[in-house]
Amino acid sequence: MTNKLEFDKPINELEMKIKELQDFAEEKDINLDDEIKVLKERLYSFKKETYENLLPWQKAQVARYVERPSTRDYINLIFKDFIELHGDRCYGDDKAIIGGIALLDKRPVTVVGHQKGKDIKENVSYNFGMPHPEGYRKALRLMLQAEKFKRPVICFVDTPGAFPGIGAEERGQGEAIARNLMEMSRLKTPVLVIISGEGGSGGALALAVGDKIFMLEHAIYSVISPEGCASILWKDSSRAMEAASLLKLTAEDLLGFGVIDEILQEPLGGAHREPQEMAAKIKEVLIKCLAELEDTPVNELVKGRYEKFRKMGSYSIFEEGQLEILPRDK
Amino acid sequence: MWGAGVLFRDFFRKTKYAILDTPGRLQSREQDVSIRCEECGELILLKDIEKNFKVCSKCGYHLKMTAQERLNVLLDRGSFEEYDKNLETVDVLKFPGYHEKLEASREVTGLREAVVTGKGEIEGNTVIICIMDPRFISASMGSVVGEKITRALEKAEEKKTPIIIFSASGGARMQEGMLSLMQMAKTSAAAARLNEDGVLYISVLTNPTTGGVTASFASLGDVIIAEPGALIGFAGPRVIEQTIRQKLPSGFQRAEFLLQHGLIDLIVERKDLRKVLSRMLVLHKKS
Repeated sequence: MTNKLEFDKPINELEMKIKELQDFAEEKDINLDDEIKVLKERLYSFKKETYENLLPWQKAQVARYVERPSTRDYINLIFKDFIELHGDRCYGDDKAIIGGIALLDKRPVTVVGHQKGKDIKENVSYNFGMPHPEGYRKALRLMLQAEKFKRPVICFVDTPGAFPGIGAEERGQGEAIARNLMEMSRLKTPVLVIISGEGGSGGALALAVGDKIFMLEHAIYSVISPEGCASILWKDSSRAMEAASLLKLTAEDLLGFGVIDEILQEPLGGAHREPQEMAAKIKEVLIKCLAELEDTPVNELVKGRYEKFRKMGSYSIFEEGQLEILPRDK
Repeated sequence: MWGAGVLFRDFFRKTKYAILDTPGRLQSREQDVSIRCEECGELILLKDIEKNFKVCSKCGYHLKMTAQERLNVLLDRGSFEEYDKNLETVDVLKFPGYHEKLEASREVTGLREAVVTGKGEIEGNTVIICIMDPRFISASMGSVVGEKITRALEKAEEKKTPIIIFSASGGARMQEGMLSLMQMAKTSAAAARLNEDGVLYISVLTNPTTGGVTASFASLGDVIIAEPGALIGFAGPRVIEQTIRQKLPSGFQRAEFLLQHGLIDLIVERKDLRKVLSRMLVLHKKS
């Protein structure tokens, strides 16, 4: 059994109690409906209380939780007839990124996303969802293919980050990410992005340049991991909790900064409790969004995407001449 | 004569201590007459190293250069016209220590931010130029750096003028959170537009270029040049060592390593840069 989330424990216990009571009532054929109802109400308020007040660090834990639906789970729940396509045609097939073609409702789409595992064995195979350059190049190959066949692209983002390793550097991790940013910014087909779990820095962004950026309520998206930030700031990665608050990595924060477009509410108690419900919600939003974008001419779409990212950033302008930065002549 | 010799030696000794106290500081102060090469430890006279483009005469190590020093050796005298000097960094996250860091960097460098952009001439060829200054919070990319580089790329597109960007960066600036990360997308999108318009973009990678800058505009040049020995990579060597729990081979992520792995076009020694860039600009002139 996997490690449960600390703040989830009381909820889990109550869920178990209710289950026991239900089983007991059924087995002995006695009516405990009233008791169960009371407990269920209690459970509801418990979940509500906990999940409506998650701290940024707790959100990070929910976002990384192994029972949280992965990209493959969402693909199975949202799309039909998924055919996985492999490889970057250069070096290899990176299992940390999954991609292929499928039907969304009745429309063919290309789906790409980071893939994390549910156990050690899977995680070793998927490299904990940390791609190598060939992963990003596979993703790009599939996106260019989508452009060619006029299919929309749907990206799921869930990674701790691009893998920092010798092979990754030898094969140009930086170039692979940069290339994706460049090509995605001008892809002549709609690109929808769902930050579904952990949005870890550049490795996440490499699949996240799109026309609409959706983010699940408890997902995180950050320039650096809270642990990394804490170790830089205080030389102490155990202060990740404080760092998580500083980094403003929650969906609500990022909506405020204009980094994402829309927050998708999760089922009460998190997406891991009701994957079907979460998937149905994502599906509905994707279908609606694609229908809206359908009539937009592709040039306007690309222009709009440029403007969207062009606006991001925060700076002020001071009076010209107030400060000389550099002497004009040397 | 003898007396002067003692004084001279004392002067030297004092300098030596001052440098040991502040390792890695390249900022030359008036009272310093020499600096130590970070690579071979050789003591080099400042007047020599300036003549030598801040390259160690013993081992050829390319010391870090300030933006102003680069402008001085690269552009035709008096040709520089600076862009966007009036963009001011905002501590949008109220990040602990950021304000102080900005103030300290401004103090040390005399710059307002980690990149200087503008227009100038190299042997009579007009270029738009961006130079990152590694002294300014490791030339990390926050909103202002991203904005200035994007504006420079857009200007190059608008004026159909070639652009040269000298990168040196620790990556995205943590202190501005996700808005820093988004500068990667913004600058890369601007580079994409330039690319479609057939305007030359030369990326020059200098020591060190890592993280979000490597993973965005710095890797998107039509031609990518590196200075000898420059550390260039996505992940920093320390992060890689901690992740894979082994020592990295010597020369890993150095310019020569990147050339060998097909990631850059060429390595150019600093003394030849102006000439090579000028030739490159001429070769791209529309007939």
